[in-house]
Amino acid sequence: MSRSQEISLDTVRVRKKRKNKDTWAIIGFIAPAFLIYGVYVIYSIFMTFYYSTFSWTGIDANMVFVGLENYIRLLQDGVFWTSIQNNFLLVIASLLTQLPVGLIMALLLFSPIKGMRLFRSVYFMPFLMSTVAIGILFIFIYEGNYGLLNTILGAVGLESLQTAWIGKESTAIWAVIATVCWQFAPFYMILFRATIVGIPEELYEAADIDGASGWQRFKNITLPLLMPIIITSAILSVIGSLKYFDLIYVMTGGGPNNSTELMATYMYKQTFTNFNMGYGSSISFSMFIIAFIVTVFILLGDRTRRGNE
Amino acid sequence: MIKVIKGIPLYLLAIGILVVTGLPFLIMTLTSFKGQMEFMTSPWSIPKSFSLDNYMLLVELEFFGYFANSLFVSVVSVFIVIIIAAMASYPLARLKFRLSRPIFILFMVGMMIPIHTTLVPIFILTNKMGIYDSLFGLIGPYIAFALPISIVIFTQFMRDIPKELEESAKIDGCSHLRLFWNIIFPLLTPAVATVAIYNFIHIWNEFIFALVLTNSSQNATLPIGLREFYGEFSVNIPGIMAALTLGSLPLLLVYFIAQEKIVTGLAAGSVKG
Repeated sequence: MSRSQEISLDTVRVRKKRKNKDTWAIIGFIAPAFLIYGVYVIYSIFMTFYYSTFSWTGIDANMVFVGLENYIRLLQDGVFWTSIQNNFLLVIASLLTQLPVGLIMALLLFSPIKGMRLFRSVYFMPFLMSTVAIGILFIFIYEGNYGLLNTILGAVGLESLQTAWIGKESTAIWAVIATVCWQFAPFYMILFRATIVGIPEELYEAADIDGASGWQRFKNITLPLLMPIIITSAILSVIGSLKYFDLIYVMTGGGPNNSTELMATYMYKQTFTNFNMGYGSSISFSMFIIAFIVTVFILLGDRTRRGNE
Repeated sequence: MIKVIKGIPLYLLAIGILVVTGLPFLIMTLTSFKGQMEFMTSPWSIPKSFSLDNYMLLVELEFFGYFANSLFVSVVSVFIVIIIAAMASYPLARLKFRLSRPIFILFMVGMMIPIHTTLVPIFILTNKMGIYDSLFGLIGPYIAFALPISIVIFTQFMRDIPKELEESAKIDGCSHLRLFWNIIFPLLTPAVATVAIYNFIHIWNEFIFALVLTNSSQNATLPIGLREFYGEFSVNIPGIMAALTLGSLPLLLVYFIAQEKIVTGLAAGSVKG
């Protein structure tokens, strides 16, 4: 056997050993995360579908297999359709208010105003407050008799607008949507701010030399460079709105008369208040399907957009 | 940098937004110093005197137990997430194997999954494991739902670490475990900060799992405690405001101390997702 052959055989042996070592390392390193994720997320999704094929209270062991009957019932359930409608209303309202307001707030943080530290600190505060605390606080802001909003309206002579904001079907959904936007606009503000910070100042200097106006600078420099983060924010906003729960649950519990019901609050109500675990599971699995379809659409759209560029 | 509007309109806009974002906090804090009588006569005026009675009431009612619970759950969950997410990201970012991509995508998908889709099975599982109504029952789901974003952040960060660093260690016959702990993990500090900040804020404020998986008030986290308090003391509005103020204080304090870190950490965490 020649010397070079010997060496190559050796390297092969070393490589093989290395590869074995790699396999065990891969398994060992991924296992803890995979186990927890597998049990709590992946297993749970399958089990939700499984449970959704039963008529079952969840309290006793009496489970009756009903196939897809829960889903058929769901399609005929007016409250479920209301909740889907509200979810999509929330999606649209979030896109149309949170993102633009967040962008305006971010731009303000780069404008020549005095006391910037104050503005910057306060603007972001809503996002750090716990959703439950926000919900309770806004119950008192919207309160019908002495609520802060009505007091302010009274003080500026707009008594005619005073109403029980979250007690009435016609205004409740808008009142809670406004609160959701109050909470999340600051979040998009920081995403936009982080991107604007990264835009090189030279671009603006060059624009100044060309005599560009403020609006032109925004339209031709800032906005195009912000586009990727705007799209990311839109995705976050859509997915977040589809699974939204906390604030509505605290503020209205889906009422009055189901007018603020979301898929998540309705699912909670059916499952843990009415003890229809089977039916509740069919709602939660539908939420998964809807989130899945929307995500696939977003990803496909994103791919075509990237392909076009 | 931005000069579309300037002067007085600019200030009007900036102050308008300041009022909308800040006024609820101001009112909440001011009301918390009022007595019930004073609130009834003039609900939203500036308090005549700053009484701490409402806060004393909270201390008496062991409101701080909720803080302790939230802190425990958040710290333990975030700590475990950092360790196991960083570990899982190591092979995903640095080793070549066939299942690398599918496993990464499987984790990533977790970011779009509504928590509610897992609620009933996790509720039943937690009962079966005998940890229903215990803080330990919350840690599992918190870790599971923090993993996707954390793994994405760590993997992206690790991919950018130059390969040469570990080549020499490999030739020395260094094991993967030592390579990870002694060479890679210490380089991850910025990513660890992002993961820690992002997840801590979300877990600290988490509501739905705490609502479903705990029951007794001694195992209630802060959001649950606030709601309980609201239910029991709905007449004592200044008392509720004191609870809300106190409940919001920890995160706001941390925010005022380390503003830039928090903001960049949150932004980086969200954008990676």
